[in-house]
This record gives sequence, C-alpha cells and structure tokens, in this order.
Amino acid sequence: MQKILIIGATSAIAEAAARRFAQRGDALYLLARNSERLDALLADLKIRGAAITAGAPFDANDFGQHAAAIERAASALGGLDAVLIAHGTLPDQQAAQADVALTLQEISTNALSVISLLTLIANRFEAQRSGTIAVISSVAGDRGRQSNYVYGSAKGMLSIFLQGLRNRLCKAGVHVLTVKPGFVDTPMTAAFPKGPLWATPEQVGGAIVSAMDRKRNVLYTPFFWAGIMAIIRAVPEAVFKKLSL
Amino acid sequence: MRIQGWGRYPVAEASVLAPATASETARLLAAHAGQPLIARGLGRSYGDSALAPLVIDNTRRHLLLEFDAGSGILRCEAGATLADVLEVLLPQGWFLPVTPGTRFVTMGGAVASDVHGKNHHVDGCFSEHVLSFELLLADGRIVQCSREQHPALFRATCGGMGLTGILLTVTLRMRRVHSAYIDQRTLRAGSLAEVLALFEQHRDATYSVAWIDCVSGGARLGRSLLMLGEHAPEGGLAPQRERSRSVPFDLPPQLMNRYSIGAFNTLYYHRPCAGQARVHYAPYFYPLDGLRHWNRLYGKAGFVQYQFVLPRAASAELHAILQRIAASGRGSFLAVLKAFGPANANFLSFPMEGYTLALDFKLEQGLFELLDELDAMVLAAGGRHYLAKDARMSSATFQRSYPQYTAFQQVRRDYGALGAFASCQSLRLGL
Repeated sequence: MQKILIIGATSAIAEAAARRFAQRGDALYLLARNSERLDALLADLKIRGAAITAGAPFDANDFGQHAAAIERAASALGGLDAVLIAHGTLPDQQAAQADVALTLQEISTNALSVISLLTLIANRFEAQRSGTIAVISSVAGDRGRQSNYVYGSAKGMLSIFLQGLRNRLCKAGVHVLTVKPGFVDTPMTAAFPKGPLWATPEQVGGAIVSAMDRKRNVLYTPFFWAGIMAIIRAVPEAVFKKLSL
Repeated sequence: MRIQGWGRYPVAEASVLAPATASETARLLAAHAGQPLIARGLGRSYGDSALAPLVIDNTRRHLLLEFDAGSGILRCEAGATLADVLEVLLPQGWFLPVTPGTRFVTMGGAVASDVHGKNHHVDGCFSEHVLSFELLLADGRIVQCSREQHPALFRATCGGMGLTGILLTVTLRMRRVHSAYIDQRTLRAGSLAEVLALFEQHRDATYSVAWIDCVSGGARLGRSLLMLGEHAPEGGLAPQRERSRSVPFDLPPQLMNRYSIGAFNTLYYHRPCAGQARVHYAPYFYPLDGLRHWNRLYGKAGFVQYQFVLPRAASAELHAILQRIAASGRGSFLAVLKAFGPANANFLSFPMEGYTLALDFKLEQGLFELLDELDAMVLAAGGRHYLAKDARMSSATFQRSYPQYTAFQQVRRDYGALGAFASCQSLRLGL
C-alpha cells in the first residue's frame, strides 16, 4: 500500500490515475479546487477500494497555504510515498497575448505554483531518502509555437525544473517522473475538434500509474508523441518560425 | 459539434455542455432557460432520442457515491456507466439486476430508456430495481423521486427519455452473485412456432433470448437458437481480460447484402454449439461490446434498429411480419427475439407481456416505406416500438401505441418540463 498525495485531483487525468491507485488499495489524500467534485470523488475512490481517502479544498495560487496543505496530507496518511501533481489550466492564447495580467496568471498556475509545491516536496523526500514525484507537464513545453506559447512556456519551465530536480534527487533515491501527454479528451480541451491522435484520460491515467511503478523518467503518452515531438524539435528555427503551428 | 445516436442516423448539429457537478448542471440549465435541451449519456440509443440543438452531456458526472455491501444498494451519479459499476462491484459479488445488450450505457440512460434485459420475463425492467433518483427540474429545483415521493414523476421519468428533467443521481439495488460466469444452454428451433413453444417451456430460466434468422423464408422461416442462462454457482469473480477489436473505419455498405447476411445466418444457425457451456458474463451479455465501433459495419449512411413488441396472443401476426421482412431481403444478421413478462406502470416503458423482435436495417432507398408498412402491422396487432431504438416512426404511430402519453404530458406540465426538455425525437413524436 502506497501513501499518495494527488494535487489537482479532480482533473480528468488525475481522477483516472486515482481510480487505478484506489483499485489496488493505496491510501489517497486529494487536493482540488472544486470541493463538491472533491467530496464525490473521495466517496468514489473509497468504494473502489482505497485504504484511506481524505482531502481538502485547495487553491494552487494561494502559495502561502502550500506547506500547510502538504503537512496535513502527510499527517492524515501517516507519511508520503508518492505525489502526483496534475493541476493546470489551458489559457486562451489570443486573450493572453492581449493581457499581461492574464499571461502572468497562467504562468503562475501552470508553472510557479507547481514549482512552489515541488520545492517543499523535494526537501521532504530528500530528507526521508525515498519517494516518487510525478508531474503532468505537456508536449507543448517541448517547443514554443505561436498557437499556445504561453501555456507551452509554463510547461517548458516545469519540464526543465523537473530535469534538474531528477538530477539532484536521484542521489537521495527519490524518483522524478515528467509526464508529457499529447492531446487528451478532457474538459480542458472540450472546445477542440477531436481526431485519431486524441487519447482518453483513462489511457493517460493508466500510463502514468505504470510509469510511476516502473520509475520512468520521462513519459510521452500516448507513446507516439515521443516520435512526433522529436520531429518537431528537429525542425531548424529558420524554417520553424515560418510555419503556422 | 455534430452528434448522432448509435445507428448514426439522423445527425444533429449541437452545442454540448459537460458539467462536472450537480450545481454546475443547475447553473447551466438556468443560464439556458427558454432554450429546450436534452440530457445525453454515452449516445447508445440508436436514433434521435439524445439529439437536440442543446445537449447536457452527463458522462463527466460518473462517480460512485455510496455502496452498502450488506444490502447491495448503490447510489451513483447519473453518468456512471454499467461497465464501470460491473468492474468495481462484480469482484465484490454484485451484478446488475437488469442489463441491456451493451454495458456502455449510463445509469441515467438506463433509467430514461427503462432498459430491459434477457431476464425481463422474471425480473422486469431496470426501473423495477431503482429505489430512487434525484432529478433536476426545469425551475432548478432538485427533487428526490421514488415510488413514495413524487410517484407520478417517478413513473414518468423511468422510460421518459429524459423529457422530465436531468437525472443527477440514481439509487438501485444490485443482485448478489457467486461467480462472474453464466451457465448457458443453447437449444435449436427449426421454426417460429418451435421457438415460441421453447420460450413457454423455459419460462423459469433466469435469462433467455433467441437469435432468429430474418432472412430465410419458407420452411426455414423463424429458425432460431434459444440461449438460456443461469448465474453459475462457482467459477470465480475475476474480470476477464478481453481482447477488444475495433472496426477502424466505415465499411462500404455494399458488403451488407442479402447474400452475405444469408450466408452468415446459415453458418450461425449451424455452428456447432455445445448444448451446455459455462461462459464469462461479458461474452454472454455483451457479445458486441468486444467489437468497438461495430456500427461502422453498416457504412457511413448508418442503420436503423427496428424493435417492436407484440402481445403474446399475436403469434400469427408475428409470423406475418417475419414473412414480410424475409420477403424484403433487407433483414440483418443477429436479429433477436425475446419473451417479455408483464408491463410495468411507467407511462412510456416499452415492454409488455408478449414477444419482442429487434433487428438492424441498413439505411438505403425504400427502407422507410418498408418500415411504415411494418409499423402498420405492429399497430394492428396491438404492439408498439421501443423509443430507445426509434429514429423515424410517426407521431400518429407513437400516440396510438402509447395511449398513456397524455398522462405523461400532464406530469411534464405539472413539473414545468414542457418546453424545457426536448429532443429531436420528442418533437417528431409530438411530445
């Protein structure tokens, strides 16, 4: 039985992962913004077999509360073995371009709030010399594109922060997993037309759980995104800047 | 976005809203006051009952909320799927009290269509096992509905095709089982009369359904395989890891013709089926769930599933309808015949004591003329059609065969549902 903290637990991907954890009897502590959905999800996970389910409402941008929230989770579960950070928003690129405050807000939600949490969790896990940290970044962070570079730059910052963290924590026996989903059919992407490249939250959630178990470093999910992003990264900037991506 | 039912006919352009909670659902409903809308689950009804210009998608509200392992009473959100409930509760020894032929439907859809299963003759419809549900009304009120509280609304909502409100949660009683397996017996019947006699003879079987050949005429008319089933006393509760296959794209509709279907039916009828076998529940109840997107088999134009019921005494009429279908050369493979038990008290529930036949027709020129002709034969025999399958019957046909529709409309009026909840189907049927 693992003691797992899930942050942004009511996101579709986190929920799918949480159901996998529950099914095998893990103890779960959930943090999420929507308390109505949180309460229902806690009940659901209990029926599925989670050893402990507890949680609290949480606002990722209230940085002052981060330390206390992690502390409460650890004391409710009697320690922490793993953390999955899944919260995020998908900004409207056009709106962000026209609004400095919105751009900074989105970068705060998608990168800074996660970095704040990671700093606290990393120190805790480094001290206990064990633990798994999984964070949902995005393929969008692999290269800046005109259609979503506000989101992409936040996720890119997160991916590089996680690389450094992995390098540091490896020596303490702490594992860091960077998850880079491609297109996932979730409420966050409800407005997009869907094609064959789209995955379900269940597929992605399942892939995250098994990547945590197998201590993968970077997970592109579904797998073919590794190839797609390798090609996208390889295009020379002189050519790339002229594309409409 | 474009949405359609499982039969892929008709198609509607709709804006689809997918709230995550009951309060978000209520907010969306209030924000769109004056604009009729319909709730939608997994879109497994065949025709236009979950189509409308404005749709509330219930599938995000899919959580299980409460389960009492002593009594088997489950409370869940209306978007919870039967597949998920089985996956979680079968390992604990609980099965669905009634299940339709696919597990990819939501609890809300099962209530709204008041679905039936292979055990209708002993256990009735899905609603017989529903203790209560929470319904969001047009004015934003949330009412707890049961046989005691708001009984008329309960009877209107079970089988009411989502036209009374938006289902938020459903509470039902699950069935205790000791194994995930079914002991199956297969009996061959050479004619319609023979299979009807077998149904009568095996009325005490928990599950019974017949595959019937709707292509062969003459002496072979109505030849069938009757499949009986009982929950096995042992075999374990473990889920079976199925290999699921998919139909990756639309097949050319020409592949489905009277020769290919005739050949399939002959092979199916003569397949060596051991009289007795212990099979896992998934292939027993959900043979087509293993083939994802099977609706693509009929090509891009789609198909219509035609399901009707005739009173028990009308076996001569059933014979005549089968004859007409066989003569048309349009019948599909895997037509299904089933004996129903008595009707329930819900205003629009489909089953009544008698025999129901369901079969697919590929959408093509001249089909609707044939179906109109069949409709007339069904009405003359005192029968009716299943709203969850219907995509094209006339309002006159509906109103003649569902005389309780006026009482249904009165309940909708009483609870402010008229004009607030509507689907392409309800408008077509004059509801």
